[in-house]
Amino acid sequence: MSYVLGISAFYHDSAAALIKDGQILSAAQEERFTRKKHDSNYPYNAIEFVLSHAKIKLSDVNHIVFYEKPFLKFERLLETYVAFAPRGFQSFSKAMPIWLKEKLFQKKMILDFLKKHDKNFKDEKKILFSEHHLSHAASAFYPSPFNEAIVLTADGVGEWATTTVAVCRENKIEIKKELHFPHSLGLLYSAFTYYTGFKVNSGEYKLMGLAPYGKPKYVDIILKDLIDLKDDGTFILNQKYFNYSTGLTMTNDKFNLLFGAKRRNPDKEQITQFHMDIASSIQHVTEKVMLMLAKSLRDEYQIKNLCLAGGVALNCVANGKILKQKIFDNIWIQPAAGDAGGSLGAALAYWHIDLGKIRKEINLDNMQGSYLGSEYSNEDIKIKFDEIGAKYQKINDDTLLEKTVNDITEGKAIGWFQGRMEFGPRALGNRSILGDPRSENMQKNLNLKVKFRESFRPFAPSVLREDVNDWFELNTESPYMLLVADVKKEKIIELNEEQKKLFGIDLLNIKRSEIPAVTHVDYSARIQTVTRETNEKYYNLISKFKEKTNCPILVNTSFNIRGEPIVNSPEDAFRCFMGTDLDTLVVGNFYLRKVDQDNNLKTDYINKFELD
Amino acid sequence: MSFLKEIYKFILVRKKFWLIPILLALLIFGGLFVITQGTAVAPFVYTIF
Repeated sequence: MSYVLGISAFYHDSAAALIKDGQILSAAQEERFTRKKHDSNYPYNAIEFVLSHAKIKLSDVNHIVFYEKPFLKFERLLETYVAFAPRGFQSFSKAMPIWLKEKLFQKKMILDFLKKHDKNFKDEKKILFSEHHLSHAASAFYPSPFNEAIVLTADGVGEWATTTVAVCRENKIEIKKELHFPHSLGLLYSAFTYYTGFKVNSGEYKLMGLAPYGKPKYVDIILKDLIDLKDDGTFILNQKYFNYSTGLTMTNDKFNLLFGAKRRNPDKEQITQFHMDIASSIQHVTEKVMLMLAKSLRDEYQIKNLCLAGGVALNCVANGKILKQKIFDNIWIQPAAGDAGGSLGAALAYWHIDLGKIRKEINLDNMQGSYLGSEYSNEDIKIKFDEIGAKYQKINDDTLLEKTVNDITEGKAIGWFQGRMEFGPRALGNRSILGDPRSENMQKNLNLKVKFRESFRPFAPSVLREDVNDWFELNTESPYMLLVADVKKEKIIELNEEQKKLFGIDLLNIKRSEIPAVTHVDYSARIQTVTRETNEKYYNLISKFKEKTNCPILVNTSFNIRGEPIVNSPEDAFRCFMGTDLDTLVVGNFYLRKVDQDNNLKTDYINKFELD
Repeated sequence: MSFLKEIYKFILVRKKFWLIPILLALLIFGGLFVITQGTAVAPFVYTIF
């Protein structure tokens, strides 16, 4: 038996993953334990979890692999500062102390941290380093159902690479080409996230959600002045307009002049039609780049399968476009496509590439639905709820599903907590807030009263796999909510003449389809397909809802409020339940109604988490 | 010592010898500077490292 522990940390989204003889055992993000969104600290709790889940000690782990190479990153930093000198001195003087004090000595730092799990741990030779984009590529290819695939990874930046193309066969990954910093699709998208007043590295979703409210008016400016896009999808960013290489911000004054407005101050300024048009434009350009890259790769390598990873792979709208154009026969996207997934990729890369181990089974879903996190038995849950003083009913599965579905059909918002926590940014039916997609008010209510976030943000549908094509223009698996497709024409409600004149946020109040809560203003939806094999309880719940309503779909949004990591434990779930307008909480076989709870257990929840 | 060995090997592999004087200067002067400082906190909107 051989264990490999993968770690990602010290940048953003720290995480740990454990594999045993090449099989994925568990993986979790540190943020879920520390309750600090995108926590970048050493993932002490996540490592403790993966070790305890496997019932092993740190000394039982054979190899510990960090997901990127710090020396290579430092090389890129130094070369960048030299290239831009004397510009960037301020950034240089801020960055160097961090590197010279901590980051350059990461091996020792990791060793010291590992001693916290086991003070006798001394085996420095067990600590190894993968490359950032190789970790992403490995996380996308090895758990995929393909024996051969092109892997495209794109994110902000790793060491040097920002976009990587690899040809993967059996247990081998061959990196064919890379785009290097500062030319980065991820950083381009983040620059616009910053410009529209959202938080970089977490607000990208908002920008994507905002895009359908706008018109792509600025595409020509972006393509003419910001990005030199070649026919094969590769590109160069015009650094004249960006500040991320040497400054403390993403964009500069020239960028403001180009678009005729300053960056939006989120504390003082509302989102206007201008910001929606900007969002639409950068989304359009991102899709164009991804499509061109995908097409050129298909032509060049003639391989029919595509795997995606890296933060840009979380742009499910772009993913949906690649699928729709049928550039590749099959697409598989790593659900933890961001840096957290790098921990898993680092472990898998070491196992298959450095140790040369073959892939034993190539299943449809070696990621196990991404349900790789912590879980709680009914006994554990009872102890926790008794300690808190929660009022609950413990009921069997059938009654639980019946009661939950009844609540959903009455328009209630449900906190649904079952089985193992998801790995990656999406809640996939184990740490989810659920609602009725047919309800006209659900989107607004969930956004404003439960999630405390902007009303424009869309919600995703979980749909039974066998029914997906009856409701959406999609007929493939999308188990990780990473593909966007349109709602079927026959389910859409046409706008009247009056409504057609509306634009921007006013579009939100119009009933656009039979499932308005999950239909975005452009009639698209970010789909999760659910199968009995992957998540039986969730499948049964949706089936029961279908039995009652003839609708095989539920609204599924992550079980958290804005700025909060998704709930990890029953206590987290109860706190979120009491701090929001959730009506019902279902944890394991425990059913809790808000009206039964002691009001003194309510907490001031909304102010606990920073806006993202 | 293991750090020095590793960085030496790294420079040999990467063949970017022109970085050596910069690195040395940084390690000597920067090291002294850092030792006298408190915790390093990044004020960046988005750190590229």
